[in-house]
Amino acid sequence: MELLADVVFLSRFQFAMTIIYHFLFVPLSIGLGLFVALSITRAYKTKDPVDEAHARLWVKIFTLTFTVGVATGITMEFSFGTNWANYSRFVGDIFGSPLAAEALLAFFLESVFLGVILFGKKRVSPKFYMVSAWLVWAGSLLSALWILIANSWMQTPAGYMIEESPLGAKARITDFFAAALNPQTVPTYLHTIIALIIMGAFICLAIASYYRLHDRNDEFVNKMVRWGAIVALVAGIAMMPAAHMQAKVVADDQPVKLAAMEGQYHTESVPMYIVGVVDTEAGTVIGPSIPGLTSFLASGSFDTEYQGLDDFEAEDPGSTPTANEVQITFQSYHIMIVMMGVICLVIILALVLAFGKKLKQKRWPYKLMMFMWIAPFLAIQFGWCTAEVGRQPWIVTGELKTLDAISPSVPADQLLLTIAIFFVIYLVIFIAWLRIFLKFVKDGPEKIIEADAKKVAKASTGAAAEAQHVSSVSEAPEERGDADQEGGAK
Amino acid sequence: MTLEILWFILIGVLICGYYVLDGFDLGSGILYPFVAKTDAEKRAVRNAIGPVWDGNEVWLLTAGGALFAAFAPAYATVFSGFYLAIMLVLFGLIIRAVSLEFRAHDESWGKLWDICFFVGSLVPALLFGVALGNCLQGVPLDAQGNYIGSFFGLLTPFPLLCGLLGLSTIITQGACWLSAKIADGTELRARAMTARVVMQVVTAVLFVAVTVVFFNFVGFRSEQHLPLAALIVVGVVLVAAIVVGFLAAGRGKNWAAFLANSLVCIMLVVAIAVALFPMLVVSTGPGPSIDLFTAASSTYGLTVMTIIACIGIPLVLIYHVIIYRTFRGPIPVEEGHKKAD
Repeated sequence: MELLADVVFLSRFQFAMTIIYHFLFVPLSIGLGLFVALSITRAYKTKDPVDEAHARLWVKIFTLTFTVGVATGITMEFSFGTNWANYSRFVGDIFGSPLAAEALLAFFLESVFLGVILFGKKRVSPKFYMVSAWLVWAGSLLSALWILIANSWMQTPAGYMIEESPLGAKARITDFFAAALNPQTVPTYLHTIIALIIMGAFICLAIASYYRLHDRNDEFVNKMVRWGAIVALVAGIAMMPAAHMQAKVVADDQPVKLAAMEGQYHTESVPMYIVGVVDTEAGTVIGPSIPGLTSFLASGSFDTEYQGLDDFEAEDPGSTPTANEVQITFQSYHIMIVMMGVICLVIILALVLAFGKKLKQKRWPYKLMMFMWIAPFLAIQFGWCTAEVGRQPWIVTGELKTLDAISPSVPADQLLLTIAIFFVIYLVIFIAWLRIFLKFVKDGPEKIIEADAKKVAKASTGAAAEAQHVSSVSEAPEERGDADQEGGAK
Repeated sequence: MTLEILWFILIGVLICGYYVLDGFDLGSGILYPFVAKTDAEKRAVRNAIGPVWDGNEVWLLTAGGALFAAFAPAYATVFSGFYLAIMLVLFGLIIRAVSLEFRAHDESWGKLWDICFFVGSLVPALLFGVALGNCLQGVPLDAQGNYIGSFFGLLTPFPLLCGLLGLSTIITQGACWLSAKIADGTELRARAMTARVVMQVVTAVLFVAVTVVFFNFVGFRSEQHLPLAALIVVGVVLVAAIVVGFLAAGRGKNWAAFLANSLVCIMLVVAIAVALFPMLVVSTGPGPSIDLFTAASSTYGLTVMTIIACIGIPLVLIYHVIIYRTFRGPIPVEEGHKKAD
């Protein structure tokens, strides 16, 4: 197997594997962070024990997911140095500062106030508790901003010059704002964040559907469906201009990627395929399409001609993706588009469920919605696949090839070893996460309400006999705010 | 002072922050199987670091990011050159991070997460010192700054001694934290206090060993190194901190002992910085060493970073005041909490 000795392939494989895994959890935590903050705010306003229990359920699910996101995120920060040493040497002057800023301005904010949310319920005022929830979410949005600035710069580099140094060529920053606000930054940020919020809303809808199908807590189900539907609707509408903006920037600044997305090899007005397969030998696509639609979306006219992959390759040999990469880019992009269509239909269904009367008593809409988180999930993963594979063979568009970006001191056998260890550790973590996640959902808010009731009962009956002990229980603030299985059996 | 030197110092400060703060929770994790016998005690140890460990770990991420941004060639050389060692640190940090969260909810896998918490604390605590010891002693680098030795080439006596010293100070830091944080009169705290004294002695012995080996076999590697007097001053403060820590522990002044050991950690970082300056990674050939002036990012890049740091660092300090104030006070060891399911 040649591939198993190919350091470039193995480095790419390890990065793809660890980033996809990391990005299973990040969208969940950024998406759900909004629901945590909303539900805590609601509980703060109503002081209703039921709202309180809902908020606590969200906190439990959120922290569980957030922790895995944090743990797998360390991999990403280390990976630039461990697996992409030449890349790090080349871009350090530009790429390092957003990473440092992310840690300094976002990670501290998130982690400290997550500590408050998780352990501080009895230690801080309800208002401070609510503010902490919003700060955690703000921290995650800031973190996404910095890392997307870094990624966007790799897509459409700006505000820099290339300089020869004793250690080889490297990029030097000349204008911070031009580099940070390169053409891709704002569209990518909006596109990504909105997608993650849709993801959060769909998880909310899925959990609500599960409760509905198990005939639990009607009031909670209705509330969750309403929240999920409204958030998904707002985000879904906002997605349209954001996605359009992103596509337009790709068309303007990354024309090679645009060509790969539609499998377009020759100069022509670009159609939009519904589904299809790229025949990379012949340079054509087999499948149904709407002629000129991509040209129209990118330029406002159906007749605008764009250059194809063959033309770019003729201009600068070795500057376009390989046949496999074109196929992956094409398929990823179209899966994302199809999933967006599914998402729109589910949002309509959710709205009807939330505000109509007819469907409410039927079971099939809930059965469907319980699994529909898969749509935003696939859209997010394949959307990123489009962005990253479509940029190949470049790691920094036009400046540094992925091939030249690896760590020369890391041999293939060590990469194979770490890939194997990642696989085992990540698999165990995933199984453990899923077990606990499903347990949280299954227990639901009822268990939290029950546990609280028991705690109150225990405190009042034991008060006379065991004054000492009770005071220590009520003052046991280090007990996790979400650790109800411990309190429940007291 | 130039921006390069400012960032050399700032990264040192970030490493100190990590060492002192994550040091106590890594140390608590290493002591966990030894000082906590019952479930209630185990829970107390976890609760003693629960709200703060995540924020403490961010210091490492910030230091890593700052090294990348300010001295990218050093970041690239160390992380790729010490590949397997860094990956072990990473795997340790990953299993440790999830173990604390999963342990609270998944009783049936509790044993696994206890092991992960211990191993995940031990491995990074040992390897950080090994890595710094190698930067100080020197490793073979080629002309582009790529490490050309093997994994086992990193495990020579001086770096290993540095690793053990780092580990010992981190365990001491954990013992000091638990002694100060766990409620008075509990067996758990008594055990932590015993561990503290033992580890203080071990730290002192290892410090002497590292010092002897450094002056006899390693020494300054750079022509433009700082005067020996600077290193001696640092050494004197360090010895004083060890003695004060010992005395404070003996008199039951737990927070004073914690602060004294924190000073030991800080002074060790300062000592390495002084011994290394102006190098970042010493090369034993054939390529040149990586020094902070040739490795530094552009003046413009460092200026931008300095502005970001001026905004960020005060905020970080405020967050820390908030979190440590919110969770001040002793941690009770509460028996009689039976687990559901």
